[in-house]
Amino acid sequence: MIGLGNERPLLAAQGLSKWYGRQLGCRDISFQVHEGEVLAVVGESGSGKSTLLQLLSTQLEPSAGRICYCMRDGITRDLAALSEAERRFLFRTDWGYVHQDPPLGLRMAVSAGANVGERLMAVGWRNYRRIRTTAVDWLDRVEIDSRRIDETPRTYSGGMRQRLQIARNLVTNPRLVFMDEPTGGLDVSVQARLLDLLRGIVAELGLAAVVVTHDLAVARLLSHRIMVMKGGEVIESGLTDQVLDDPREPYTQLLVSSVLPP
Amino acid sequence: MNAPAYNFAYLDEQSKRMIRRAILKAIAVPGYQVPFASREMPMPYGWGTGGVQVTAAILGPHDSLKVIDQGSDDTTNAVSIRKFFAKTAGVQTTTSTLKATVIQTRHRIPETPLREGQVLVFQVPIPEPLRFLEPRETETRRMHALADYGLMHVKLYEDIAQHGRIATTYAYPVKVEERYVMDPSPTPKFDNPKMHDCPALQLFGAGREKRIYAIPPYSNVVSLDFEDHPFERYRHDGKCALCGAVDSFLDELIMDDHGRRMFMCSDTEYCETRRALGNGAQGFSKATEAAPA
Repeated sequence: MIGLGNERPLLAAQGLSKWYGRQLGCRDISFQVHEGEVLAVVGESGSGKSTLLQLLSTQLEPSAGRICYCMRDGITRDLAALSEAERRFLFRTDWGYVHQDPPLGLRMAVSAGANVGERLMAVGWRNYRRIRTTAVDWLDRVEIDSRRIDETPRTYSGGMRQRLQIARNLVTNPRLVFMDEPTGGLDVSVQARLLDLLRGIVAELGLAAVVVTHDLAVARLLSHRIMVMKGGEVIESGLTDQVLDDPREPYTQLLVSSVLPP
Repeated sequence: MNAPAYNFAYLDEQSKRMIRRAILKAIAVPGYQVPFASREMPMPYGWGTGGVQVTAAILGPHDSLKVIDQGSDDTTNAVSIRKFFAKTAGVQTTTSTLKATVIQTRHRIPETPLREGQVLVFQVPIPEPLRFLEPRETETRRMHALADYGLMHVKLYEDIAQHGRIATTYAYPVKVEERYVMDPSPTPKFDNPKMHDCPALQLFGAGREKRIYAIPPYSNVVSLDFEDHPFERYRHDGKCALCGAVDSFLDELIMDDHGRRMFMCSDTEYCETRRALGNGAQGFSKATEAAPA
């Protein structure tokens, strides 16, 4: 998946910290994500996972540290130095953001087709037939019956909404996708199907992804590497199977052992 | 009649200066919505308080004012605003599109082509074209600033998906001078092409929403559309029962309980002028249509 001459990381964070006043969000986090690589961020509630994701996707401004991103033209740029217009463009072409709660990432009042087509129209597509064909194609890929293309997501089940959100994000062929608890709030069989789908798409498109989750099973299935967070800091990181099967830190050991057996 | 209790054109000079400044800014940035400190006017919101303030700010003693409401010179809104300015400014009023120098309008552009030196003032209820798609004002302002207009096409897409064609018939969004997307106020989309390359200055005032925007003379105004679903004008397929016009925007009038209907020009002055020149009047029964079986 990782092409030759692509040793440069797609996304590099250096010394990222975020303080909410005197309250710590996260502290001194550094890591890299390469093209086609899936990084899982795990930890309990309040460990700073979501803060980290929002920092990376420039929805929050870091108190310290910087994030560099390798643009499509091969030039690595500091995200803080981008203009807002450039950042928005990045967000709707090269990036995706999958929210835990689908209504946050979807337009609930417009049809599924328009939801998928919005990004295309935002980057200048002006041919209705082409937009629609692409939308049908993506609905097929995320296993939504394309006959329901003209229905609003309000009529969709939770699992379908989440799949629609994924289609909407991936339609512009982004290179990096942020996912915040993508399977949260779904029942177990739907979770399994969604994970299967995600794994297939991520591999097929060679996507890089940062997945925030508290579910170690999700991390194990989706990710190549894993970072364990606690109290706003990264306490352990490494290859997913290595960390999960042979945890070094006491906290990670606790986390791994506290998964309930079915 | 010329009551000295009022300042010329009702508003005080400072308020008029403030509004003029907003108008100048609006002309300098075509299609951009300029916030202004909208005043209380002696009429309810929705009756044209924005348009009235713009008219008050630009009116001079030698102007000739025409006011239309849905194309008509003699409906309540048009009559009361015309009387308002006759009383407070003592200006000459007219129903003639040719003679007027300032035309205040609610929801129509006259059929008679406008000329240089004329000003067309629109009354606008909701100036924000993105309002019903994105309710947050902070967000829509940012979208305008960044020319982030994908959402506007989402609405048109939705129209085609639901109705098979772009079903928006009024307040049809336009792009001005290839920059700002603008709501042309609830004019029928039939009037959209008249805004393009128009020799007259077009001003838009929204009183409740406190916004003024403008299209300077000879500006490029394009109605948004898709390549395979281009913008189309809409008019009823028929001709005016009174003057026989086949090129004007028509109002539909239901005649009885059996669905008989008749069409007539929405622009009353245009219709009257044509009749005075001897057009039309080809009998009532011919002009009406039988109800579809």
